[in-house]
Amino acid sequence: MYFGLSEDQIFFQDNIKKFLEENSSVDILRKIAADDRTFAKDIHDGIVNLGINGLLVPEEFGGLGLDILFAAAISESLGYGAGATPFIGSYVMAPIAIIDGGSDKQKQNYLTKVASNEVKFGVGFSALTGARDDSEIQIKGNKISGRSLFVLDYEYATHFLISDINGCIGIIDAQANGIDLVELKTIDRTRNVCELILKNVDFEILEQTKNSKNTAEKVIDAGRIMLAADSLGAAQNMINKAVDYAKERKQFGRAIGSFQAVKHMCAEMVAELEPCYALVWHAAHAQKHMPNEARLMACQAKSHLSDVTKEVAKKSTEVHGGMGFTDLLGLHYWFKRIGLNRQLLGTPERVREEAALLQLN
Amino acid sequence: MDLHYSKEYLDFEKEVKAFCKKYDGVTFTDASKNPLASSSSKKKKIQVTRSEWQKILIEQGYFARAVPKEYGGYGGEPDILKSRIIATEFSKAKTPAPMGGQGIDMLVPTLLEMGTQEQKEKYIKPTLHGEMIWCQGYSEPNAGSDLAALQTKGELIDGEWVINGQKIWTSTAQYSQMMFCLVRTEPEAQKHAGISYLLIPMDSEGIEVRPLVDMTMKAGFNEVFFTDVKIPETNIVGKRGEGWAVANATLGHERGSLAPPDAIMNRLNMLIDLMKQEKLDGKPLIEHSIYRDRLMKIQGKVMASQSHALRLLSAKLNPGQDVKVGKMIQKLVGTELRHELEGLAIDVMGEIGVLYEDSPHLRDKGSWQFIYMYFLGLIIGGGTSQIQKNIISERGLGLPKEPKVQGAQ
Ligand SMILES: Cc1cc2nc3c(=O)[nH]c(=O)nc-3n(C[C@H](O)[C@H](O)[C@H](O)COP(=O)(O)OP(=O)(O)OC[C@H]3O[C@@H](n4cnc5c(N)ncnc54)[C@H](O)[C@@H]3O)c2cc1C
Repeated sequence: MYFGLSEDQIFFQDNIKKFLEENSSVDILRKIAADDRTFAKDIHDGIVNLGINGLLVPEEFGGLGLDILFAAAISESLGYGAGATPFIGSYVMAPIAIIDGGSDKQKQNYLTKVASNEVKFGVGFSALTGARDDSEIQIKGNKISGRSLFVLDYEYATHFLISDINGCIGIIDAQANGIDLVELKTIDRTRNVCELILKNVDFEILEQTKNSKNTAEKVIDAGRIMLAADSLGAAQNMINKAVDYAKERKQFGRAIGSFQAVKHMCAEMVAELEPCYALVWHAAHAQKHMPNEARLMACQAKSHLSDVTKEVAKKSTEVHGGMGFTDLLGLHYWFKRIGLNRQLLGTPERVREEAALLQLN
Repeated sequence: MDLHYSKEYLDFEKEVKAFCKKYDGVTFTDASKNPLASSSSKKKKIQVTRSEWQKILIEQGYFARAVPKEYGGYGGEPDILKSRIIATEFSKAKTPAPMGGQGIDMLVPTLLEMGTQEQKEKYIKPTLHGEMIWCQGYSEPNAGSDLAALQTKGELIDGEWVINGQKIWTSTAQYSQMMFCLVRTEPEAQKHAGISYLLIPMDSEGIEVRPLVDMTMKAGFNEVFFTDVKIPETNIVGKRGEGWAVANATLGHERGSLAPPDAIMNRLNMLIDLMKQEKLDGKPLIEHSIYRDRLMKIQGKVMASQSHALRLLSAKLNPGQDVKVGKMIQKLVGTELRHELEGLAIDVMGEIGVLYEDSPHLRDKGSWQFIYMYFLGLIIGGGTSQIQKNIISERGLGLPKEPKVQGAQ
């Protein structure tokens, strides 16, 4: 028995961390936050060069054929480095939807192009994870209308993958007629979301999703695990920064880390976060190997991590005193990343509700 | 227990209600775009400047009530119950409260207590009228929680204070005309005994203000650099070396004013409205029992803090009542509660809750996210939560102090 990440997974993680360390300093995050998108594009290009786009695409279609645990390991390093790049929608949710729900022809067509980086997906699933502002999707034959709020990873998208409330998923071409794209601004400027207003747009339904929610559920579960992993990495980074600061910063003639108040904040953060590694890995592993527990673990990973990391974000900021509140230090880029992850694809209460219902049926 | 107002106060309550009605919907011609600034309803009836509003309130006795007339106040007897009635009625009617800020909340009480006649005459009136904005120059890069470690130097040369050094986290310094500042003037004296409290015009030569952006993405505070800044010898409050005592008097005023209970009640009411309006899967959030329970828990805390405020009020009226610890917990409890309340609003909005700045679909001008973050700042500012807990346990409960490092003062 071995419970943990493999050497390959750790190696890949280290590559991403190193890439972000070198190419995504706080100065660069600040520029990205000020809407200088050229830096974000460089980061995305670099990440794609590392092979992230083909991560989950089976080898027969030109990808790496890796699994959700691998993707979770990567999501963690992107959170750690606040990577300003599409990932969860474009390179996890979209390929899973097509692998699980597509016809042979659809797989051949789209997966190959995802692996070769010709096609990039934005992903809109909020109809299923808690529709807001009366947003609604109607599918009639091969046309789609309505509004999809909170479409992830839209920035470089050549196509969009949209689900209606029944988990019927399909693809639209970003250039098709009848699409109105409204950019939304969130607290987290490292990842972008938009609203799509669709009027009778050509829609290619994924074959297996016409009458079944199964694919959509798998896609959401994977998305939630990725969000949990991203927050895990972001929170670890915040803890590391807090611990380093507590060792250096002196007040009253001693390192602030020598005050029990500060020491205990650090210890509490670690005590809460450390078990989260195992939960996230286990939940990710379950997606392939433990089908009966896959959904429940995904829900719990997402909601538990949302709560733990919210607290870590607050405490690690407090350890820094006034410095934690500034843009000088830029700790808030991680604070906000954790804040966004918490709200996407269902807030903790809502996701726990789903977890409970799973166990009633 | 007797919670009734006597006739005098019932009449006063009526008077205040009538005033609020008269000025219903009043707007400011010079309103700021700060989402924290109270914005009134759309029916624009009366338009005034902020400063004119201050004057109207003073004339009525609703603001600066106990400040003598000669210094620009109303010149009445201090009346805590009346102040309470004013705050409650203004809050209920959404009548704009008088301006606050460090000048009004901290400096004016300090000058009234310890200022010279000349200082009172010169500074209090324009400050009350909102025409003289003050900033608080206490913290330095190496003196935050350990404020008494501050090193900005003041030397008396030819009848002038010559100031050199640096302050940091100075809120509103970029808009301020004046700073009340702690400066080390007695380098030979023991740590706390070497500090003086000086009043510094911000347009003095040698002052450089560099705004610092905070996590809300606004420049809420600044670095302030002093190079041979010269101010008159008389710009000192209290005596040389007494600055620490003077500052402690004002810190007490700040901690009381960081999270006033009426403001919390207003936000709670806004949150209840929000939860009636926001829908998840077609059903208002207030009908989802899990969110509703979180709301009710917070309401419980808000009600406790309101009742607690009444108890503190009563202790001011009835000197025998002991509320020592009850007062010490205010900053800690109030700021944490506000942060929690704003955080629930974000959760109930789901994905909408992360929208910010000028995004489409934004609710309440983005104030929920803004204040959520802002209050994390206030949990840190004005003495961190950890320092508050030290104060509560050491000064409130008499627990022994943590051991000091050898050699450190
Ligand atoms: C929004 C905001 C507005 C502000 N406005 C002003 C202003 O207008 N004027 C002004 O002068 N200052 C202002 N400040 C500064 C504020 O007072 C300081 O930030 C605060 O006192 C903390 O000091 P520090 O930032 O140096 O943190 P530090 O003192 O370095 O604290 C770092 C950490 O160590 C902990 N710590 C330190 N000492 C102890 C101890 N003895 N026991 C246990 N824990 C300890 C703290 O709790 C904190 O978690 C503002 C700060 C903020 C955040």
